[in-house]
Amino acid sequence: VIAAGLLGAIVAVVAMILLARSDALSARIAVPVLFGAMLLWLWQTLVEGFAVPSVILPTPSAVAVAFFANLDTLGADFRQTVLRSVLPGYAIGCGAGFLTALAIDRSDFLKRGLMPLGNLVSAMPIVGIAPIMVMWFGFDWPSKAAVVVVMTFFPMLVNTIAGLAEAGRMERDLMHCYAAGPWTTLLKLRLPAAMPFVFNALKLNSTLALIGAVVAEFFGTPILGMGFRISTQAARMNMDVVWATIAVTALTGSLSFAAIAGLERFVTFWHPSFRAK
Amino acid sequence: MTRHILPIPTVLLTLLVVWYMAAVWLNADQAQSLMDPDEPQTFWTITQAALSMDRPVLPAPHQVAVSLYDGIFGWPILSPRSLVYHAGVTCGAALLGLAFALVLGTALAVGIVESRVLDRSLMPWVIGSQTVPVLAIAPMIVVVLGNLGMTGVIPKAVIAGYLSFFPITVGLVKGLRSPDPMQLDLLHTYAASEKQVLTKLRWPASIGFLFPSLRVAMSLALVGAIVAELPTGAQAGLGARLLAGSYYGQTIQLWAALLMAAFVSLAGLGAIELLQRATIAARGGRL
Repeated sequence: VIAAGLLGAIVAVVAMILLARSDALSARIAVPVLFGAMLLWLWQTLVEGFAVPSVILPTPSAVAVAFFANLDTLGADFRQTVLRSVLPGYAIGCGAGFLTALAIDRSDFLKRGLMPLGNLVSAMPIVGIAPIMVMWFGFDWPSKAAVVVVMTFFPMLVNTIAGLAEAGRMERDLMHCYAAGPWTTLLKLRLPAAMPFVFNALKLNSTLALIGAVVAEFFGTPILGMGFRISTQAARMNMDVVWATIAVTALTGSLSFAAIAGLERFVTFWHPSFRAK
Repeated sequence: MTRHILPIPTVLLTLLVVWYMAAVWLNADQAQSLMDPDEPQTFWTITQAALSMDRPVLPAPHQVAVSLYDGIFGWPILSPRSLVYHAGVTCGAALLGLAFALVLGTALAVGIVESRVLDRSLMPWVIGSQTVPVLAIAPMIVVVLGNLGMTGVIPKAVIAGYLSFFPITVGLVKGLRSPDPMQLDLLHTYAASEKQVLTKLRWPASIGFLFPSLRVAMSLALVGAIVAELPTGAQAGLGARLLAGSYYGQTIQLWAALLMAAFVSLAGLGAIELLQRATIAARGGRL
């Protein structure tokens, strides 16, 4: 089995070397896909070949079996963690950060006072507030949503303020020449110019929000949720279920990231990074 | 810098006032029920009681400050009640993780820049892996490494390192690619080998990109170390302190541990800033 694994890996590497020479779009997609497939293949064959106990590392096929066998539980966990904790928290946190940035945008004094603090807070281990929120809002989803709100607020605030400063002097003068008021300037010039920054924060926050909700579940939760599933099943050594849950989180993370990236492409189509080709 | 002298204290002061008001508001109910029924229940006595509870819903700033001061200076450094000890345990794991991350991140970045195959196959996965909530895997890594006989600081460092190597890889790849074609052509006319281009041009050019990544990596490593202490029932470390505080309802201790974590994070940012300044000084005033 080990020999088959190594043989497959060698074939994949040779194919990747050949494909990497081509600049075609299909080759650009095929190489990373091949690499991922090779990792899965190596994982499967090496775990089988060396008879690694499934307590340490289950094979990908065992994980897939566990995934489909526990579809109901995983679905319930997904509803609890993503739909009821992450989504409201993400919407409130990002919305509040964005609106706060708009509100303090007019005051230079507040901006100077809040920007360094916001930057500082962004660098701090905010997940630590999870136990406090669980104490305040109880075990169910509101405490998780609260953690997500706090975690997503500051990156959004800092990025939006930075983005609103992005429109150039010349463009602002032009708007002034058109006799545009501050609201028109904001709507037609500064907000569109801030969009790349806002999307940057949205992308960053999509990962942070999932982390916040999952970690908050380590501190207490009803018997549902992906963080709960991971910690309890890891304690019971059901590693295949743990890995299946992780696959769900990974899938959720990448899909939401991809969705936001797609929306970004649509909204900021004018940005040089999308116009290049 | 002088532009910030007035605004920042103003914002901080407002925050403090809001915190006090919130503490009174949130604690009042509980404080009232705990008060001696014979005592006169005026606004002033309730406020006083709300700000001096043993297990308040939201501790007042001065209570947290006292607990923090006591935790830092009140006990010998090796005592399990000393916050310095717990911070040290967490910092050790975070720093070891950061060291793992630097080694792995640098190796990956050099590999990606030097090899077209690695660039095409690995880079999308490195970027994609940032979209995955890695922290969720933390308890599993602890359990798996525990089964392999590794306990103590290593599993925490592995989690911290795993979290923090992505920013380092991405930043370094950018930095190693930052020399422009003119400079590369110049080295080509000198008949420089790939290795010489790497050590004499690409590597020095990438240092400027390393520091912003290092800042992000530092805070991620700290978060990783703290979270790694949560599911394992660790006895020492800021994460264990947070967990103990939440189990026994010791809110003051919880907030003190949280503030300590913030200070550690600040100290880390300061250390990186110093390192950056030292590097700039050593390279003749520019990065």
